[in-house]
Amino acid sequence: MDWFPLLNSLRIALLSTILVFFAGLFAAHRVTRLPQPVLRSALDALLTLTLVLPPPVIGWLFLRCFGPGHMLGYWLRQFFGARLVMNWPAAALVSALVSFPLMYRASRGAFARFDAGLTDVARTLGRPEAWIFWNIQLPVCRRGVAAGTVLAFARALGEYGATAMVAGYIPARTATVSTALYQSWSGGDDAGAAFWVVLSILLSGACLLAVGVLENARKEEL
Amino acid sequence: MKLRVDIIKTVGSLRLDAQLEAGEGTLALLGATGSGKTAILRCIAGLSDPDEGRIMIDGEPLFDSYRHVSLPPQKRKIGLLTPGYALFPHLTVQGNIAAAVDAKPDRERVSVDALRRFRLVDAADKKPRQLSELERQRTALARLWASHPSAVLLDEPLSVIDSFLKFGLEQELSDFVRGFDGPVIWASHDRGEVYRNCPSVCVLENGVTQEVISAERLLSHPGTEGAARLSGCKNIIGAIPRHNAIFIPEWGVTLRSAYPIPPFLTRVGIRAHQVRITEPALVNTFSVTVERVIEDVSSTIVLLRPNGASVDAPLLRMELDRNTWRTTPDQRNLTVSIGPQDILLLR
Repeated sequence: MDWFPLLNSLRIALLSTILVFFAGLFAAHRVTRLPQPVLRSALDALLTLTLVLPPPVIGWLFLRCFGPGHMLGYWLRQFFGARLVMNWPAAALVSALVSFPLMYRASRGAFARFDAGLTDVARTLGRPEAWIFWNIQLPVCRRGVAAGTVLAFARALGEYGATAMVAGYIPARTATVSTALYQSWSGGDDAGAAFWVVLSILLSGACLLAVGVLENARKEEL
Repeated sequence: MKLRVDIIKTVGSLRLDAQLEAGEGTLALLGATGSGKTAILRCIAGLSDPDEGRIMIDGEPLFDSYRHVSLPPQKRKIGLLTPGYALFPHLTVQGNIAAAVDAKPDRERVSVDALRRFRLVDAADKKPRQLSELERQRTALARLWASHPSAVLLDEPLSVIDSFLKFGLEQELSDFVRGFDGPVIWASHDRGEVYRNCPSVCVLENGVTQEVISAERLLSHPGTEGAARLSGCKNIIGAIPRHNAIFIPEWGVTLRSAYPIPPFLTRVGIRAHQVRITEPALVNTFSVTVERVIEDVSSTIVLLRPNGASVDAPLLRMELDRNTWRTTPDQRNLTVSIGPQDILLLR
């Protein structure tokens, strides 16, 4: 049995989730504090766009930026000797784009419900803004943020459309659970396909179960 | 130490214009809900900026729009107690207190000291939602104390508390305020709370502060209609000065005052419990008809129509001891009097 696609999927999802965690928190924190409701709604829409766009659209746009013949791809090659196509970091980056809205939405909701009075009191007590964010706001919103993180992880784990476009399917190099499943099926290997199907259902189910537990715990706390 | 505030700010449809000075003794900021108390306190604490003006503590500017000074709240050392206390829900009592201590090495020592001082030793490891109302207030005060503020602002500290708990909480709050060495501003809409705890009062009406007066004077000479209402005066009616007396057109009644009548007089206030049933022919007597009787918890409220009153004139509200009312022989037609010293002369 070749376990590489699972391990590759996990490392892609992990790197993607780390990127999305910080980017999502930062964006949600900034947007929540904007005073203009119209601007907030516009940014909410913009930052959630990749959730509803067909993943190949994101894959195509990604290739237009990082493809070897395009500007960012060219620079990367010139200055770092690196490329961001047909490898797992490219898959992680594009998965991050796809799963970002899940993290953003969940954190944004949690931050919007957060009592700004706690921040105000912490300020009058002399605590710096960064300290307040990491020690008060984030712990109070931890369940919403954790739920968003798990969802983003699950989404990255199952990403197919954009990943297939930027990383393709190279056995033992860029194969993921989804692309391996597609390859097994198109090659007539039904047993192989079924194996990846069962594994995907188990992994996704476990993630959703974790989200459910987190959300119920939050409701009980309120 | 003195806290001086002289600021202007527009908040929504409300125009704040606040001038006050708090030094020795607690200063009450007495105003109705929505009169701008919280907005003023937030400006002092640095949580929002006034449009214009100055906020000084001990001659040092916290905010000065003319010299472009606006210290962040972290640097102002102004303690703020908000309704509901805003305790950090995920931290223990001790954690909440420690969060107020700047220097890491002092955290343990100061928070243990605060736990002892505010009688919270047994609750040290509890989370805020496991605490009683009294312990929650103690935690908020301990946290405030641990941050070493140079001034303290109390924003309607007792407004969200059930009334049967209020008395005990108010006493502890009062002890804290008395023991605090620095200016204290106690914002409230409750005249009783103010009278019991604050020697001086600044009345706030629609965002505009009146001059600071003593709590005694607020009751005897509130000065403006808004201050009279906030001080609990139930009867306020239009009046005009006439021949060294006061004429109330709507009631067709002329009253004498024990004090000189200011030329700007437009209204008078009469406290419900200072309306007395009396014999005719004394000073300031007039005859009235009883319109309605309401039994209150510990007194009787009687609504009276002066016999010379116009049809749509407001009724005179009288409040008296239940026994006195029960033993009044004629409960339909009365003669009442108002002491010349009890008439509040208002602008």
